[in-house]
Amino acid sequence: MSESIFYFLQQIANGLTIGSTYALIAIGYTMVYGIIGMINFAHGEVYMIGTYVAFIALAGLSMLGIDNPFLLIAMALAVSILVASAYGFSIERVAYRPLRGSKRLIALISAIGMSIFLQNYIRLAQGSRDIAMPSMIQGGFLFGDPSGSHIMISYMQVIIMVTTVLCMIGLTLFITRSRMGRACRACAQDIGMTNLLGINSNNVIAVTFVIGAALAAVAGMLLGLYYGVVNPYIGFIAGLKAFTAAVLGGIGSIPGAMLGGLILGISESLTAGYLTAEYKDVVAFSLLVLILLFMPQGILGKPEVEKI
Amino acid sequence: MSRVTSAFVAALITLVLGGFLLGMSLTSEGINLVVEASSTGKITFLFVGVVLVFLLQLFREQVGRFTTKMRSDERMELPGFLRTPQQQRVWTMFVIIGLLIFPFLSSRGAVDIATLTLIYVMLGLGLNVVVGLAGLLDLGYVGFYAVGAYTYALLNMYFGVSFWVALPIAGGLAALFGFLLGFPVLRLRGDYLAIVTLGFGEIIRILLNNWTELTGGPNGIARIPKPTLFGLEFSRRPSEEGATTFHEFFGIGYSSEYKVMFLYLMALVLVLITVYVIRRLIRMPIGRAWEALREDDIACRSLGLNPTSIKLGAFTIGASFAGFAGSFFAARQGFISPESFTFIESAIILAIVVLGGMGSQLGVILAAIAMTVLPELAREFDEYRMLLFGLMMVLMMIWRPQGLLPMKRPHLELKRD
Repeated sequence: MSESIFYFLQQIANGLTIGSTYALIAIGYTMVYGIIGMINFAHGEVYMIGTYVAFIALAGLSMLGIDNPFLLIAMALAVSILVASAYGFSIERVAYRPLRGSKRLIALISAIGMSIFLQNYIRLAQGSRDIAMPSMIQGGFLFGDPSGSHIMISYMQVIIMVTTVLCMIGLTLFITRSRMGRACRACAQDIGMTNLLGINSNNVIAVTFVIGAALAAVAGMLLGLYYGVVNPYIGFIAGLKAFTAAVLGGIGSIPGAMLGGLILGISESLTAGYLTAEYKDVVAFSLLVLILLFMPQGILGKPEVEKI
Repeated sequence: MSRVTSAFVAALITLVLGGFLLGMSLTSEGINLVVEASSTGKITFLFVGVVLVFLLQLFREQVGRFTTKMRSDERMELPGFLRTPQQQRVWTMFVIIGLLIFPFLSSRGAVDIATLTLIYVMLGLGLNVVVGLAGLLDLGYVGFYAVGAYTYALLNMYFGVSFWVALPIAGGLAALFGFLLGFPVLRLRGDYLAIVTLGFGEIIRILLNNWTELTGGPNGIARIPKPTLFGLEFSRRPSEEGATTFHEFFGIGYSSEYKVMFLYLMALVLVLITVYVIRRLIRMPIGRAWEALREDDIACRSLGLNPTSIKLGAFTIGASFAGFAGSFFAARQGFISPESFTFIESAIILAIVVLGGMGSQLGVILAAIAMTVLPELAREFDEYRMLLFGLMMVLMMIWRPQGLLPMKRPHLELKRD
């Protein structure tokens, strides 16, 4: 009996780990959607790029002789955030800004094109094979009987959850307290009116893309260290799942994206733990289809009113 | 900011974008990961990119003028000898005759590529109904293609059903899938619809990959028989007792080229049927309703059209063409596996529709030819194919969202002189 409870708790812990990274990526989707109403299809690729840059920075810095793992991770994180933000900014500038005000489908096709472009750019630049990273932080907390039933929460999992919580707190403070955050909320409500009141909405949109990309880079680095591998194709599935999380929580709502990510992560790890691991992606996609059909406003979102 | 500074900043950002990912490459050494400077080729690319961005920013106005011209240019004019419907009919006849005698005049490899092109033409035309005419972005189109391919492969493997019996079943089954998927999802708004269809396409692929007992999983299904001509096989020896082969029946020597030509002609017939059917559909009330719905959903509803059933019609018809194309693909390849039905395939078909001009049949046909023949001609650029497809999709949306040859409705104009 107690064994099955431990097994269940272990699945929950794994789910929370994965789910918190989904939540980080999902924020990028939800913020962009909240302001300009488009699905930034290339967001998953930014996450993938974040992982690559983090790996390059980690390898480069450790070759330079830095061997304190925490310093190393912190510096690589900074580099990864910087480069990914530049990508977020440029993607918006190149592929989306010229299309502002055109039909939704036009912008979406452009985003898909951008996503294909970035994926193949990385494939050509870094090769299509898996790149493995030796695990940097080993060990973890053990609860229960080490020889019998127990749950194991690795230090890496703890780092992922703590970093996610810190990012979420930071983001919430930024959105609720800062001047720019207020401008973001204003744009999400009514972009035309915000423009009339003297806020440059183009800047606000650029900031949104940069924040989304930075959080995706954090997720990319954390998941990269957790799984230890990266290839150019990880962005597609991760992006789709994070989008599912954003829709689940209610697209446009930041707390919704956090909640949606956690729910998706837990349901996925429970599927993998109790049913079959092969079909865990099917579960995520089916969840997406079902939510869009029966609850398109999500858990915390507002129902969208069609304006004529 | 002055122009030079902004150009400088843009170039700097490009350097940051490329510097890490293009300028350095990761390699594993033992268990450690090391990073080293990339090959000179990549560095050159990076340098050229930075300079290009700098110049583009510096001469922004000139570039802007060019793009405005691209956008406003309503359509590329058809050449003078193609203006009237009579002329068009004559030329269409010429083209069809040319395509019919093409395999007898050219090499085996060229015919093979032409067959592949025709499959993409068919897929492009089918997706054009959904995306171009009805304005529904379907990112899981490859799912229906897979349904068609696996229908023939599985029916043949388990029940020995021949290609000609399986073809209508495949089309029908794909249409049924389209109907069943479309029924719930078509009330969603455009971009949600796109994501749901994408999810559907992925679910089909994962199922095919994991349902090993039925589909053979990642190993796929091999030795799918080629189609026959009224029971005449195109192999050297009949596959079973009592069957006749093509060359024996006509008393000519065996040549493997007959099979390639036959497949080409079959694909051509399928494409011609597709073109004809869709051409008629566009002129039927349902075709007009598709376009009306694409242009203005609300106006349509207030005129008493039922959007769901109209969209469902487009979705089902589009899916059935993918089903036909899929079963033909299975017969031509002789081997299928889930690898052939990834999202990339959907993206290529979408790129064909986007490049050709949404709704325009001629445009889609030309785009399909360009997209399959060009990579074959320039084999060394094969690696860059998807990169360029992606770039092209972005640039097309910015410069010419209506496509290279957008559809033109017949219209009357008062002659002023």
